[in-house]
Parts: sequence; structure tokens; C-alpha cells
Amino acid sequence: MPAEAKTEPIATRHAYGDALVELGEAHDEVVALDADLAVSTQSMKFGERFPERFFNCGAAEANMMSMACGLAATGKVPYASTFAIFASGRAYDQVRLGIAHNELKVRIGASHGGVSLGEDGASHQMIEDIALMRAMPRMQVVVPADYNQAYRAVIDSYESNDAPMYIRLGRPSTPIVYDEIPESLGGGVDVLREGKDISLIATGHMVWRAMDAAETLEREDGVEAEVLNVSIVKPIQSEPVLESISKTGVAVTAEEHRVTGGLADAVRHVAAEQHPVPIFAVGMGDEFGISGTGEACMEHFGLTARGIADRAREALVLKPIVSGSGGRGDRAARRPRRDREAGQADRRPLARRSAAAADRQRRL
Amino acid sequence: MTSANLARVTHLRPVPDPSPPSRHSEGEAQQPTIAELERWATVLRIDCTTMLAVAKSGHLDSSLSAADIVAALYYRVLRHDPHNPEWPERDRFVLCKGHAAPIQYAALAHTGYFPREDLMGVRQIGAHLQGHPDMNRTPGVEVSTGSLGQGLSMCVGICLGLRLDGLAETAHVFGVLSDGDIQEGQTWEAATAGAHFGVSNLTAIVDYNHLQTDGTTEEVMDTGDVRAKFESFGWDAVEIDGHDMGAVVDALERSRALDRPAAIVCQTTKGKGVSAMEGRFGFHGKPPSPELAAEALEELEQRLELQTKSLQASEDG
Repeated sequence: MPAEAKTEPIATRHAYGDALVELGEAHDEVVALDADLAVSTQSMKFGERFPERFFNCGAAEANMMSMACGLAATGKVPYASTFAIFASGRAYDQVRLGIAHNELKVRIGASHGGVSLGEDGASHQMIEDIALMRAMPRMQVVVPADYNQAYRAVIDSYESNDAPMYIRLGRPSTPIVYDEIPESLGGGVDVLREGKDISLIATGHMVWRAMDAAETLEREDGVEAEVLNVSIVKPIQSEPVLESISKTGVAVTAEEHRVTGGLADAVRHVAAEQHPVPIFAVGMGDEFGISGTGEACMEHFGLTARGIADRAREALVLKPIVSGSGGRGDRAARRPRRDREAGQADRRPLARRSAAAADRQRRL
Repeated sequence: MTSANLARVTHLRPVPDPSPPSRHSEGEAQQPTIAELERWATVLRIDCTTMLAVAKSGHLDSSLSAADIVAALYYRVLRHDPHNPEWPERDRFVLCKGHAAPIQYAALAHTGYFPREDLMGVRQIGAHLQGHPDMNRTPGVEVSTGSLGQGLSMCVGICLGLRLDGLAETAHVFGVLSDGDIQEGQTWEAATAGAHFGVSNLTAIVDYNHLQTDGTTEEVMDTGDVRAKFESFGWDAVEIDGHDMGAVVDALERSRALDRPAAIVCQTTKGKGVSAMEGRFGFHGKPPSPELAAEALEELEQRLELQTKSLQASEDG
């Protein structure tokens, strides 16, 4: 029975479990594997419903991924789930040879991506999985923004294509971005909010934060930010990205991930070749995670709506220098801020401020 | 490319044409005898040597140590149909030690999966025969391998897939492992899983040749009593001489009938069949020099001639 759209905050991993049961009912070929984290990844819902098609491999992720390869070689469609850290890190070589190189239709449910898993800390906080999976030939990378989109992503993963797929899911309850379960992921880039001054390009848990940041920028700075949700980070759909950045002339990406190799690089790659504009990034720098509640970790690393808005303000400073045209965003950026940071307003000359902003960016 | 390469290696004589037809599936033709299988092993060894001399790359000694096991499987034990590689009920052969690809390629070509001319393209640009087996390029390759330790896990997955299809009683999975596979921890994850899931149609054959890239396994990382290890993981486990064709065939056929996963630890000699290489360190991953290839082929062809004559004599008698 198809799930109903959620309205209250809920983790994307719950969508994985719910969608898996629906897939199992519709398709005998669907099998699921887990590595002693079935409750966390929610694959246990499938296991309870279809015990004969569920294989809990214990704490042996490498074996699980290679078993998924073997199952796929017999025509099954395996959904293999564990934490992102183990799915992409510990079992990298198994995913690479057995699944990606073989072009087998295996779906990897990588739960607990990013730092928002919280208290377990750096050892479990996977912040480079998108980079690893983007670099892997033939692997698709899907990062849904909320439960409703995650549900669609998992359902569609059965029939979308036969290439291997990495689906990054999260631990914490996350606000709903999509009012309904979307009809499809489309090309993987949705414009959630239109604006002409700056593009906020986000993925996963950062999408609702980007929406909040856009509200803040409008309210406090009079900036009209456009918000894009990139749910398919690889292959990234370049047209909507190019359309947006050619309109706004400047962008900020936002991801719960290292900016190296992640969404930031994916967007910059598209822009650098076809429409170079300043693109600032919100994400993890050259650093590991830390223990704390999920939300405290996000705060600690600036992975917040405020973090996105602040980076947007920095980017807007650079925009007229690079583009040579003073748009409204430019004026807005120079306008004194009305928020609590107004007291610390930067009074340095524009060129030095933009250089400082660029330096901060380089450190990431 | 292929013929040009062959022409350059002028000292290599053509491989003698094999006479007996290959066995395609159960019930068809009669079982090859042990002596015939031994002769086939020699034919496969000759092809491997020629292929790698032409390619100037590849793992010859690792292929030679597995030749008897592979000949027993492809010519007698496996239920397969080279003209229908996707036959759902077929037995599955997984070369976990993917670096021994030449021996599998030789067997696949001789049993009819693809033309024998293809063998001389191994490891070269444009050829379907990759350095390690590739399921998407080469007919008869079930899964791509080459990263040690992964093969047995893949076998367990295949077994579970066959079980879901109701074929566990029909289709058997044979994985050939190296001592390198045994050193990889993942193999023991797979051994645990094979027993846990009650897989009954799996046979792991260990080509235990005791030599690896950096030295003997005893020097580099002693893998100890591999048979006892498998047994302690809940597997049926036997140890045999991996060059005793009768013992190899018996162990393989016995393993089919068991109700739990089976391990056959085959004590083998690396480079078996070529005196200059047998059990000698320093050949792993190295192709034979033209001189060594010529010497090896001379020795192997003499053996083939003797084996052929002996078979003819027994037929005449």
C-alpha cells in the first residue's frame, strides 16, 4: 500500500523502510540486505514482511556488498543498507568492483549520512561519501531532501534504470519540503523557490535550511534568492543549474558533506565549463565531525540556515566585482543589515572584504 | 593485432588441435575419463603459456597451479552449456582468484564459449579477454573478480539468489580461491555467512600453492591449516592433492551432494607442469620470457603427445 505524504518532520531513512516494503510487495525480485543496522536503516520493515528475501549479514559490510553483487548476478534487485560510513567507506572496493564495475542493478541505502547523526561522533559521521561515490564510474548518487522525496526516490529506483545507485539518507527527523510525495525526481534538480539575486543550491538536509535562508535574506536584506534542490547529485542535471546561475550571476551551494568532491564541486564543474560565476560553498572543510546532538553538530560546522545566509551575503559582495554589473543583490549586500550582526558590520573597503571572503572560501 | 603478435613470437609453435568434443550438458556424451581430463589440463596449460607469452603480461604460474581443478570442472563436473551461457539452471563457476583468468579463458574457449583465436588477444586493447575476468565482456564469466577476498561472498550471494529461484538443488556454485583469498578477511566473513544462511550448493576450492608475490605464504603471512579453519566455520572440509585428477574429481562430485557448504583445500604447486617454474619464487604476475615460454611449451607438448598416445593405445586396446 503506497505511503501517504508526511507533513510532520520525519527522517528520510523511514522513507527507505516504507518504500522498500511497497517495492517488495510489487516485485518478487527485490531482496534486501543489511549489516546489523536494520532497525537504524529501517530495512527491518522489509525483513519482517519478507523474511525469506531479507539477509542480515551481521557486522560484515564488505561481505554484504559482494553478496549483493552475487544476488544481482542471478537477476535479483538487491537493496543493501547500512550506515553511509560503512557503505561507501569500509566497503568501497566491494561496491566498486562487484557493483559499479559490473554495472549491476544494486541500490545502496546509505543511512546516517553527514554529521547530523550526532553523538556517535567522527568515527560514524560520513562526510566524504558523495565524493567517493561521485568519483566511482557508473555510480549514481541520490540525496533526497525529505521523507516525501526520499520515498519517491526509493520507489523510482526500481524502474528508473539499471545502473547502480547510492541513496544517501539521514538519521534525524527533518522538516518536510515537499507537501506531497512527488510524481518523480525528474532530472534531479527542482527549483523550489524563484528569485533573481542569488542561487542557493542545496542537497539533502540542507534544502529546508536553504529555504529558511532564502526567507531570511528576503526579510533582512531584501535579496530574492532562488532555491534549487539537487536530489540527484550524479549525474547532475546541468540545464536548471545553468539557467539559474545565468539569471542570478552568483550562487551558494549547501551540503552536509565535505565541499571537496561533493555538491559544491559538481555545481562548480557545470558552471566553470559553461557559465562561470562566483560559487561559494557551505559544507564541511578539511576536518572531521564531532560528538554532540545532531543539531548541535550542524550548528558547530555552520550547516544552518544562518550559515547559508551569511555565505550568501559574502557571495553577493563578490558578485558585482566579478560580473562587472551592479544588480539589486549588490545593493542589497551593501545595505546595513538589520539583524543582530548589524553591530559588527564590516566597514572595510569592498575589495578587501571580497578578498577576505575568497580566502575563507579557499580554506574549505 | 592477434596474428601480428603471433608472427612476432616465431619460436612459438601452434597449439595442437584437441580431438575429443567438449561435454555441453548433463546426459550428453560420456564422461571424460581421468586420463582424458589430465590430457585436457595439459592442453589448457599450453594455451595459457602461449597466451601470456604473446601478451607479455599476466599470471602464468597461478594459472598453471589451477589447471587440473579447472579442467576437472569444465570437462566433467560443471553442468553448463557453452552455447547458452545464460541457461538459468547451469552450475556457476567463479574464479575468485581472478588473476588466474588465462586458465579460465582457455577452458571457456576450448569448451565453445568463444573462438580459440580470441585467446591470443588477452590483456590487449580491444580484446574481450581482460586481465581479470569481466562478466560484461566475456561469455561464461559469472561475476567480475580480481580483487582478492570478494569472490566467496559473491558465491554466497549467487547461492541465495538460486535458492530464491528454487534452483538450489539443481545449480551448484564452484568458487576457486587462492591462498591470497584466504589471507583476506572478507573470505571469512563469507565463510561465516555461507554457514549461517545454510547454503548447500556451494563448493570453495582453494588452490593452495603456497607462493605469493612477496614470497612463500609461510614467510609472508602463514595461512595455517586452511581445512581446519573452514571446518571450524561449519563447512564440510577436505584436503587433497590438487594435481591428482582422480582425487579432484571425487572431491568435487562428493561436494555436490552435501547439505552444507564445502571446502576442498587443494595442495598445489605453483607453475605446475613447467619444471622451470614449479614451486619457484619470483614468477608471480610475470609473463614467461620467450626462452622460458619455448622451454615450457616443449615440455608441455611432449607431455601432451605422451598423453595422447597413451589414450589412443588404451582405445585401441
